[in-house]
Amino acid sequence: MPTNNQNSRRSHGWMGIHRGHKARPMEWLAEKFIFLVSLSAILMVLLIFLFVAREALPVFFGQTNTALVQKPIPPEDLEKHSAAELQAYLELTPEQYAKISKAGLRDLMSVKVDAQNDIPEDFRNDPDAQINTTEWQYMIKPHQWNGYAKPEYIWQPVGQVKKFNLIPLFIGTLKTTLIGLFFAVPLAVGAAIYVSQLARPRTREIVKPVIEMLSGIPSVVVGFFALIVMATVLQSVLRYETRLNAFVAGIALGFAVIPVIFSIAEDALTSVPRSYSQAALALGASRWQTAWQVVLPAALPGVFAATVLGFGRAIGETMIVLMVCSASVVSWNVFDSARSITTTIAAEMAEAVNGGPHYRILFMLGALLFAATFISNLIGDFVIHRFKQKLEGKR
Amino acid sequence: MKQLVTLLAAATLATSALAGNITVKGSDTLVILAQKWAEVYMGQHADTKIQVTGGGTGTGFAALQNQTTDLCDASRKIKAAELQKCMVAFGGSRPTEYKVALDGLSVYVNPENPVKELTLDQLKSIFTGKIKNWKEVGGADAPITVYSRENSSGTYEFFKEHVLKGQDFAASAQTMPGTAAIVQAVVKDKNSIGYGGAAYGGGSKMLSVKKDENSAAIDPTEENVENGTYPIWRYLYVYVNPALDKDEVGTYLRWIRSDEGQKYVKDIGYYPLPKNLRSN
Repeated sequence: MPTNNQNSRRSHGWMGIHRGHKARPMEWLAEKFIFLVSLSAILMVLLIFLFVAREALPVFFGQTNTALVQKPIPPEDLEKHSAAELQAYLELTPEQYAKISKAGLRDLMSVKVDAQNDIPEDFRNDPDAQINTTEWQYMIKPHQWNGYAKPEYIWQPVGQVKKFNLIPLFIGTLKTTLIGLFFAVPLAVGAAIYVSQLARPRTREIVKPVIEMLSGIPSVVVGFFALIVMATVLQSVLRYETRLNAFVAGIALGFAVIPVIFSIAEDALTSVPRSYSQAALALGASRWQTAWQVVLPAALPGVFAATVLGFGRAIGETMIVLMVCSASVVSWNVFDSARSITTTIAAEMAEAVNGGPHYRILFMLGALLFAATFISNLIGDFVIHRFKQKLEGKR
Repeated sequence: MKQLVTLLAAATLATSALAGNITVKGSDTLVILAQKWAEVYMGQHADTKIQVTGGGTGTGFAALQNQTTDLCDASRKIKAAELQKCMVAFGGSRPTEYKVALDGLSVYVNPENPVKELTLDQLKSIFTGKIKNWKEVGGADAPITVYSRENSSGTYEFFKEHVLKGQDFAASAQTMPGTAAIVQAVVKDKNSIGYGGAAYGGGSKMLSVKKDENSAAIDPTEENVENGTYPIWRYLYVYVNPALDKDEVGTYLRWIRSDEGQKYVKDIGYYPLPKNLRSN
């Protein structure tokens, strides 16, 4: 019947305004407002990624050039070149070009010539001065630079010949992150098992908030503590050579990651149905056996997800690693220093010439980091979701 | 839209000029001195307000070219790329460069280290990683731990160009976020070496530096830096858009470089300009 049809359509109303909210417009308004806020958060993430990627694009397309020695056009030849040629040579937009007088252009060209003349004699004939160090082969593969005995991975982005090899940074990032996880995962998961399965309710009510309070400590404070106290104590105990190294940074990083892993793992362990542990206990298993052999295996996907999210947190942590170690060495030895990607971005961005090759490469590193944390968070969320469904018997 | 922004920028600039506001941004090395100058100057000229912020020399130049600061503090000379950007922003004219103070760079070691002096060549070999053990330069048989600044620092670049002659720092050099952090690390670490402003060295031992094998070892004292015998020193600069270098800003810049302004340089630990570079 047509009338009935109309009625059912109308009950949907415009954006659900008639669906139960007829009498409470404020609630409807609040609901839509919250929806908008959450939408803007998603939009923000997208915009940040687009911005970072846009700044980094010239590196991907090979449009940056760091070759030290370039052939300059002498200022006297201003008239011999077309406007388009000069714009390309001086890196000007047409509007900027139009604003500058002939004398200004000549001066701008003489700056280019001066810059070439300022190159020290030693570097003028250096074969390294001719190459564009932002090509991928120099950023990924080792190269035998002038003055080095063998091909090496070098990150030295400031100086005459700028060296942008990314390998030391990748190694440094992975090294500190993995040390942090090796330290944090057993402790955090152990604490989660204890709190969710073994502890008495009163103990649980004290221990849980205290561990979660760790995440409230600003990472700069953790870093400072590691720099001043932990570095000295660990060195006197373990007697290694370099006082500030990846090991100290990793342990300090662990403190930042423990609360993340703990609360997610604890959540996963608690959400295992009580019938599991009740059945185990009824069959004569001890509380320890129940926790270790029944509940933990059932919650394993959740614990895995906690680890992956902890990884995402650790790889993106800046301040702790920045304060404790920052030498860009290529070494997997945990007692050597390390330089992470986050450290590099934080320490170097302020001084990188706006829009220059160094600036672009730092943005590219940021984009890579963004992708890494995004993927690890995605995996973590996906696994948790599957795990919850499985426990609820939906699959 | 663009015109609106320029209009707004022009309006803010105009008001700031009228109210006697001066913004200063740039080098972290210079920030304490710049604050001292601002403080004294504002005490004498109640109608002038000076805002000083740090952030690094590169940040200062970026602000200068975006015209969000009047003065840019710099612990190194402007680079060709920055000069070009500034010239484009200023419609073709170069930013004016003023030398405002001298800074001597000291080499710090742990007070327990028996080494007292090094030549420039030895310093270069140590910081590039060619010399790895203290016994090669007359010290104990122990590996050298090298501390350096972040490569964003003007001090880093100066040291790299003038002591390392443009060669790379050893990859194992630990980079620290500031001179105070280097001193702190050197004091804690027996076999370490670091560098930084002479003003910061408290607690560590400052080495005497020899130009070459045969010359005398020179301490980084005020006298030696001012007369140029100590080999590792540099100028500190202020850059300004020439269009703004008049009225209040011009007066302030002249005052900084006068005998009166240079009086305060020593309090901060840097060295005043030689007489012939001053404004009076």
